[in-house]
Amino acid sequence: MSTEVERKPEGAADAGPEGTPLLELRDLHVYYGAIEALKGVSLTVGEGEVVALLGANGAGKSTTLKTASGMIQPRDGQVLLRGERVDGIKSHELVQFGIGHVPEGRRVFARMTVLENLRMGAYRLKRPDPADLDRVFTLFPRLADRRKQVSGTLSGGEQQMLAIGRALMGKPELLLLDEPSMGLAPLIVQQIFEILREINEQGTTLLLVEQNASQALQLANRGYVLETGAVVMSDEASALLSDPRVRAAYLGETIE
Amino acid sequence: MSADVSVRKPLSAAARLRRRRWYQQPRWQRLFGMVVLAVVMAQVTGEQGERNDLFHAIQANFQSTGILVWLAVLVGIWAVREFFGEQVGTQRRRLGGEIARPVQRLLGQVRGQRAYRWGGLGALLVFLIILPLLISTFWQQVLVDQIGVYVMVAIGLNVVIGWAGMLDLGFIAFFAIGAYSAAFWTGGLPVEPPFELNNFLVIPIAVLTCLIAGVLLGAPTLRLRGDYLAIVTLGFHEIVYLLARNLNEFTGGTRGAQQLDKFSVDLGFWSYDWELDPQPYYWVQLAAIVIVLVLFIRLEHSRVGRAWTAIREDEVAAAATGVDTVRFKLLAFAIGASTSGVAGVIYASKQGFINPEQFVVMMSVLALAYVVFGGMGSIPGVLLGTAVLVWLPEYLRDTVDAQDRFLYLGGLLVVMMIYRPQGLWPSRRRQHELKMAEEGTAGADALGAQPGGAQS
Ligand SMILES: Nc1ncnc2c1ncn2[C@@H]1O[C@H](COP(=O)(O)OP(=O)(O)OP(=O)(O)O)[C@@H](O)[C@H]1O
Ligand SMILES: [Mg+2]
Repeated sequence: MSTEVERKPEGAADAGPEGTPLLELRDLHVYYGAIEALKGVSLTVGEGEVVALLGANGAGKSTTLKTASGMIQPRDGQVLLRGERVDGIKSHELVQFGIGHVPEGRRVFARMTVLENLRMGAYRLKRPDPADLDRVFTLFPRLADRRKQVSGTLSGGEQQMLAIGRALMGKPELLLLDEPSMGLAPLIVQQIFEILREINEQGTTLLLVEQNASQALQLANRGYVLETGAVVMSDEASALLSDPRVRAAYLGETIE
Repeated sequence: MSADVSVRKPLSAAARLRRRRWYQQPRWQRLFGMVVLAVVMAQVTGEQGERNDLFHAIQANFQSTGILVWLAVLVGIWAVREFFGEQVGTQRRRLGGEIARPVQRLLGQVRGQRAYRWGGLGALLVFLIILPLLISTFWQQVLVDQIGVYVMVAIGLNVVIGWAGMLDLGFIAFFAIGAYSAAFWTGGLPVEPPFELNNFLVIPIAVLTCLIAGVLLGAPTLRLRGDYLAIVTLGFHEIVYLLARNLNEFTGGTRGAQQLDKFSVDLGFWSYDWELDPQPYYWVQLAAIVIVLVLFIRLEHSRVGRAWTAIREDEVAAAATGVDTVRFKLLAFAIGASTSGVAGVIYASKQGFINPEQFVVMMSVLALAYVVFGGMGSIPGVLLGTAVLVWLPEYLRDTVDAQDRFLYLGGLLVVMMIYRPQGLWPSRRRQHELKMAEEGTAGADALGAQPGGAQS
């Protein structure tokens, strides 16, 4: 584990996938006004795991991640981090507990340079750790070449790398990724997933929302399938990958 | 290949769109612009209209020599630029290069070295300290009553719009609150204060009052996006103005408060009273501005300043990196408000009288113009912009007709925003913003517009 957390919830104990999970969502009900976007979603993410969250457009994947990172509050249900309730905590405070969120659509600070973006990512630490910067630049050499570039002028793939790098600068234990492959060329998607694997091997737990089901399930240990606000399937990633329903819905029947 | 021909535009339509008549070509359009400008300038600088014969002056200006002079000058400029532009350009570049290169080298050296930098700042400060000794009483008055006061206001407003990116159209409301606080605590209002204070001691109280007022206004409204916030602050200003006007028993109504105390110091062994002479007030202002600037520059480069920048860029991403967006927005609002309040205290103490008409909504709009004109987010820009825009109408007092003074100010603002929207001395980031807007990579609208749309 390369992550040294600044603050942990009281009484938190390190536990593997078998013990207390790192993140647990229990029966979440989330509303946007009168619309019920999540109708009782439950899932767990164990320490060190990669968990994929699949689903059609509008299924509620982003909503699930936002609820986990405190950007939205559930009307009902619980969010537990290492067995401790954290729902009701605002996202900027939840960051202190080691949850990093790479939001949908990257959202880099377009008018800051790459370096300024990364420094901003370390905002929760009183001073950024130079080792983290090195780590990000090793993971993403393309960013290292462009550290003085204004990030709004980066290509889409580079912006995605920057968004991930920025989240890593905050030393997250749990990284929530919302469609990191959106709009990227297959080769870049491949690269990004390689890097995600590396990040996971360095000790960060990943909860990954993806449309690219085959890539996501190859990387993940386990997966959940969401449909109109409810979990309809959950299994080992390899089992999902070979499940005919998943193949029909997300991979296309005819693809071998 | 059996497309419905009747639906498709005939090819000649495209050709027609591509073809430009001679008068549509940029060169002749520029000439047209110059002629229009000449007519406008001739009207502006020519004879003034009279109430009972509006058209006489317009007619006279068309027949005077003024219009011929303007036409000759502007069409001349046009002709030189169109037909000899190349030669002039190369000449200028050559000359410019010869002059600019050594200057730039020198500047580069100076910039690089701290000693020079501090030396330059020190020299500037010395110059500012002795400035009132070098100018006439009239300009001393302008310097103290207007430039000094509005510089302070603009520095505060810059925190709100330049750094935190919130459009505030009611900023002078806090200035008014500061001024009325001064009147109240020195016993100048119809209501008696619990105890009377020296004007200097009112400053911290005004800061506190404006902090509270800023938080009270900010807390319910800061969730609003840029344009809505602008309207809310505008409404707040109008409320403060109307309260000052109509609460006769408390504020003195339209008459306001007269014969307020001035600054004074009494240390027992030494005492000093500020009287009518503007110079001593200037030094008080200068000291206050320097203190505020030192504090703000430190703030800009601290965690707080970085949080503001992040909020300005993208609130959702800022929250995701751990910035408490609501708190920092409130903080910017409160800090700006209290700076404006200090300016209000100094203003009231110098003037010796206040009334609601000194705090009309137009003042807030002007304050915004000072900041934008100088360069949002850039402290040297804001200082320079305020000084220039306040100085200009006063300078024009002797040069043009009295009622035309603000016409020139408006014209300057229009021209400036077209040709140099980043302001006189822009901040580095603002330059990025405008460049990227030109390239279509991001909006130039630093206020309110969030790249991702929805806010949580
Ligand atoms: N701010 C909002 N206001 C109202 N409804 C919303 C809001 N955000 C999301 N929704 C609705 O909630 C549902 C779930 O949205 P969500 O963004 O979680 O979907 P998603 O699974 O991430 O889809 P996609 O794959 O297209 O990103 C959708 O029906 C959406 O229209
Ligand atoms: Mg989504």
